[in-house]
Amino acid sequence: MLSLLETLINGLLLGALYALFGIGLSLSLGVMRMINIAHGDLIVLGAYLSSVIVLNTDLDPLSSLLIVIPMMFVIGWLLQKLLFNRVMGRDPLSPLLLTFGLSIVIQNLLQELFSADTRSLPAGDLALQGIELGGVNIGVLPLISAGISVLAFLFVAHLINRSPIGSAVRAVADDQETARLVGVNDRRLFAYMAGFVLVTVAVASVLYGMRTPFSPTAGPERLIYSFEAVVLGGLGNLWGTFFGGLIIGVAQLLGARIDTGLGPFFGHLVFLVVLIARPEGLFKAGRA
Amino acid sequence: MLRVEQLSAYYGLFQALFEVDLRVDEGECMALIGANGAGKSTLLRSLVGAVKVSADSVQFDGEAVGGASERKQLKRGITLVPEGRRLFPSLSVRENIELAQRHGRPGRWDTELLFQELPALAEVQNRPATALSGGQQQLVAISRALVTNPRLLLCDEVSLGLSPYAVDEVYRLLNMARQDGMSVVLVEQNVQRALAEADRFYCVQKGRVVLDGVAAEADHHAVANAYFGV
Repeated sequence: MLSLLETLINGLLLGALYALFGIGLSLSLGVMRMINIAHGDLIVLGAYLSSVIVLNTDLDPLSSLLIVIPMMFVIGWLLQKLLFNRVMGRDPLSPLLLTFGLSIVIQNLLQELFSADTRSLPAGDLALQGIELGGVNIGVLPLISAGISVLAFLFVAHLINRSPIGSAVRAVADDQETARLVGVNDRRLFAYMAGFVLVTVAVASVLYGMRTPFSPTAGPERLIYSFEAVVLGGLGNLWGTFFGGLIIGVAQLLGARIDTGLGPFFGHLVFLVVLIARPEGLFKAGRA
Repeated sequence: MLRVEQLSAYYGLFQALFEVDLRVDEGECMALIGANGAGKSTLLRSLVGAVKVSADSVQFDGEAVGGASERKQLKRGITLVPEGRRLFPSLSVRENIELAQRHGRPGRWDTELLFQELPALAEVQNRPATALSGGQQQLVAISRALVTNPRLLLCDEVSLGLSPYAVDEVYRLLNMARQDGMSVVLVEQNVQRALAEADRFYCVQKGRVVLDGVAAEADHHAVANAYFGV
């Protein structure tokens, strides 16, 4: 019974990380109406950037974020300005194809630069530390990751629902044509949004790299978990993405109890069942 | 102030406007009259940059401004109240108006002044904009345009589907704007009302101007013929 509780808690903590993977995807889907197939590869790219910084400086992975975050913001901003803005607002297929291509380019670039070997970010003592609560063991690193994820969601929710930028973002999500009529510069807004999305990706990627070894081809799997979190929670519902991530995390670890190799399978199974029962997602579309 | 010369507009291969000529003078109210699909909305959308047209075809203060972006036209002082109001459902009444104010021109009209003039809106300012009655929504849509402090306000079907009382409220607000010297273009289904409010009028039929004149001297028979195309 106690071990079941432990699995549940660890599943929630893992799910919070998946939710953090999904937050950027949720924003690009909800606001820019764009599916970024390269989302997972960008997560892996962020982890490699952090790895390069950690190997060449005395910074640890978490402090490497001071450099990785601005770098990822610029990458996102440039991608939107130079590539994505050219295909937005046409048909949904164009961004899909473009980012699919980008995904292949990133994977091969990483393979070329860093070989196909797996790497991980040194988490140091954090990886081993745990706290015991009434017989339940909880890792400190997953706890920190989950804490950061919750903070990220609170911050994004505040940004979208309470700030002037947020009202411009919601206006564009509602009705892009009319947003332009009231003077919103949608393309510039998209560029900043894409930069911000990659900031959330940067944070997620470092936490991910400290927890799991990664390789250049690990992206698509990250994309699938992010995508499942977003769709499970209901498109355009930010907190839906958070709870969607939690559900996937719990399903994976409960599944792994049955058979260690079947964790991800159970995550997909839950996703499939929900998709059949409630194609619109668990939560109704709310604000951004 | 505004001069439209030889304006043609297209949606892909479909031509919606054919060499339209018209003008709006400073402080004037001009009515555009025509049946559904005549090209009135396309004309307004061409003026604000939502439909791309050649630069020379739209002149504002003598400057060729056709085809410029919505943002540039807004900064010059041309604002559209779009057909069907098009409020942002995710934004409250106040957010809808403030969003436009932030991107518009500085001037007398701002959110606080409007809430003062329209106390009924002030009461519901924190409700989602699309939760209001049609008449109130239209007032929000016009407020959203007024806070950009335009010199030329384009109104597309602002009284469509409203109760007579709500229509009067809408025109009371527009007349306040006109007293400030704002020029107004009205696209209106209600021909009588349009002619009563406007100084001059143009009748548009199948993308062409077929009749124009001073509103007060309009021959209703001729207008009806131009409207129905008989």
